[in-house]
Amino acid sequence: MRMLVGMYRRIELGLPGVLIMAFCCISLARAQYSPEGTGLSAFSIPQSQLIQTEALNRMLQEQPKAHPVILQVGSHLMYTQAHIPGSIYAGPGSQPSGLALLASKVGALKKSQVIVLYCGCCPWSHCPNIGPAFKRLHDLGFTNVKALYLANNFGDDWVGKGYRVEQGN
Amino acid sequence: MTGSAKGTALSKATSIPSHTMRHAQARARWLAFSLLTCGLFVLPLQSQTALLHRPAPGFVRSDLNGQRIDLRALRGKVVLLNFWASWCGPCQVELPAFQSWQTKYDSSGLQVITVAMDDDTGPVTAVVKKLQLRLPVVMGDDELGKMYGDILGLPITFLISRKGMLVERVEGAADISTLETKVRMLLSER
Repeated sequence: MRMLVGMYRRIELGLPGVLIMAFCCISLARAQYSPEGTGLSAFSIPQSQLIQTEALNRMLQEQPKAHPVILQVGSHLMYTQAHIPGSIYAGPGSQPSGLALLASKVGALKKSQVIVLYCGCCPWSHCPNIGPAFKRLHDLGFTNVKALYLANNFGDDWVGKGYRVEQGN
Repeated sequence: MTGSAKGTALSKATSIPSHTMRHAQARARWLAFSLLTCGLFVLPLQSQTALLHRPAPGFVRSDLNGQRIDLRALRGKVVLLNFWASWCGPCQVELPAFQSWQTKYDSSGLQVITVAMDDDTGPVTAVVKKLQLRLPVVMGDDELGKMYGDILGLPITFLISRKGMLVERVEGAADISTLETKVRMLLSER
């Protein structure tokens, strides 16, 4: 009996703790930035679909003419300043107009085409574009979509590593 | 004559032992390789740091309210130049702090100028309204980005001294208290 009371007390004392823990979990989940209206942060992209900068750069060097379709889904202003050689501007994924442009850019491609998306406007945890763009291609039926993991931004994680860039429209 | 034969002949002529010559050649080759490798990785970063401790690139633009902003005309003031965008979460955390500094240090000679790197004005105006920003907001462009060493990630904040020198470049979300200390230091310089 004493044991049962002890257990009850433990549970009773534990309830507020559980509630506090649940509150903390919800707060933490909210603290992880997700773009307004989309609810899709970069973390919505499965880990297995990420490609690292070193791997993509190697691919570009080894297969300069047969590399995947690379689409920039961030700001056009940043694209004109510097972008991955051969990449195509496909509109900001956080905006409906951007997602429409993205759909038009991939319209003629086979669903099995390897596509690499990248943004790099801001740190990965705060990127509003890459998550929605990745989901749109997934919804359109593309089966080979990768997202370039840029931890900080395009300047630091691509240009800063000395990888080649192109400028202009 | 082959390279090694040349080396042997040279070492004989100058009485330098051949193994010393080989070491020197190897060291020279290693030095050349190191310099080349370092150069490849450092060059892209140099364009950003090269701006520091030089006169801040001047520009003339109109802000969202049609006010003329001429950076050179602000000589004598400490300028905080902040690049942001409507879609940048951390940027919107900093902007209210910069606005409060404008009020706090206005009489000491601080001028905050913000540059929105959005493609369109619509979302910028919405953020200005949401944050109740009263700071000058200039729409960024390709030329302005290049002048400041390419703005390829946001936010980026520059501090410009009263003499018009670019003295600080803070990439990413700034540590607000550290940045405020730097602003105060610059304001104390006459």
